[in-house]
Amino acid sequence: MIEFTLWDIIRNLLLAARWTILLSAVAFAGGTIVGLLILFMRISKRRWVQRFAEYYIGLFQGTPLLMQLFLLFFGLPLLGLRIEPWTAAVLGLTLCASAFLAEIWRGGVQAVPVGQWDAGSSLGLHYLKQLRLIILPQAFAMTRAPTVGFLVQLIKSTALTSIIGFEELVRTSNAINNATFEPFKVYGFVALIYFALCFPLTRYAKILELRALKH
Amino acid sequence: MGYVLDFGWLGDAVSLIASGAAMTLFLIAVSAVAGIVLSVLGAAGRRSRHAWLRNAIAGYVELIRNTPFLVQLFFIFFGLPSLGIRLDPVVAAILAMTLNMTAYTTEIVGAGLDAVPKGQREAALALGLRPRLVFIKIVLPQALKVIYPALTSQIIIMMLESAVVSQIAVRELTYEADLLQARTFRAFETYFVVTLVYLAMSIGLRRLLVASGNRFLSGGVS
Repeated sequence: MIEFTLWDIIRNLLLAARWTILLSAVAFAGGTIVGLLILFMRISKRRWVQRFAEYYIGLFQGTPLLMQLFLLFFGLPLLGLRIEPWTAAVLGLTLCASAFLAEIWRGGVQAVPVGQWDAGSSLGLHYLKQLRLIILPQAFAMTRAPTVGFLVQLIKSTALTSIIGFEELVRTSNAINNATFEPFKVYGFVALIYFALCFPLTRYAKILELRALKH
Repeated sequence: MGYVLDFGWLGDAVSLIASGAAMTLFLIAVSAVAGIVLSVLGAAGRRSRHAWLRNAIAGYVELIRNTPFLVQLFFIFFGLPSLGIRLDPVVAAILAMTLNMTAYTTEIVGAGLDAVPKGQREAALALGLRPRLVFIKIVLPQALKVIYPALTSQIIIMMLESAVVSQIAVRELTYEADLLQARTFRAFETYFVVTLVYLAMSIGLRRLLVASGNRFLSGGVS
């Protein structure tokens, strides 16, 4: 039997946390790109495009992330795509994040006074330029706090990818626990690592929120 | 190639899916009620005169809100037995869900309490009501009305998150899905059906909560 010292446990957990961070970052970046697309559809003037985005958001907010991951993991191979846990994890979290981010930003876009759109069109800007130069900067500025708040939620959500076999923090901790039989210590450290990742962001979101209230 | 979707197994699976869904609803019902009661206490404690109580509750809220539910669940189910606390999976699931729920709803209830104008409290005190009665009869009902939509959303989020308690072998909806797909080898179809069941449950639960809120909050306040 291999002996695990406390340092072995912590070192392996910290190494695994790199994958948690990488997955969070990739999913947040992907979620931003897809989320912008969904946002454009959600605020489109065409009724059916708007509807589609509404259903898309409702679907991801109304079903468990775990089910979304399972469907991708078992569903995509049926379409003939070879899929690894990493692919399913990135894809699942990206799609889920896009729905949440689009909904957050929509709130920001709707909070921009209509006069801003009017002013944009009276300057002769076309729709996309109005969005890019006038509406979106204000919408993003207003929704900075909830966006950071969602990033915290996303980091915590990466824990679920352990269930479809992606080797991140929780999956590694399960393996270490099975070898050391010290669940109290192992899961305690795992919780601390997540806390160390999330708490500064939570704090930052709070500061942004207070700053927004002052304006 | 040429995979054909097959839902032929569904007929025999309906009762399993139904019992799993019932378990999921049971878990969320118990932890929502317990969580909301506890969070009223938590929110009141967070506004108490005693600094240690305020700090303890703030610490608890931050700890829960900044760690994944799955890790909390594993800590309670696998970690606590080393302290001599051995829990049945269902009890561990309810405990984890309640603790998680309470951290979020404490913040929500607290925001609601702060939203009630001070004059309401002062008026009630001036009428000679005892402070406890003022809280229960005057401040809390008004606060609940303000935060009801947020509480509804939180309950639904928790119900969806409860899918992970399948990992400690609680026989709820996801666990039944895992068993079914292992038996039928129809993983995609099984999870597809169960995802739709979850969607229906979250839509249904939201409607139910909104309807009962309209009914009981508008009459219940005065």
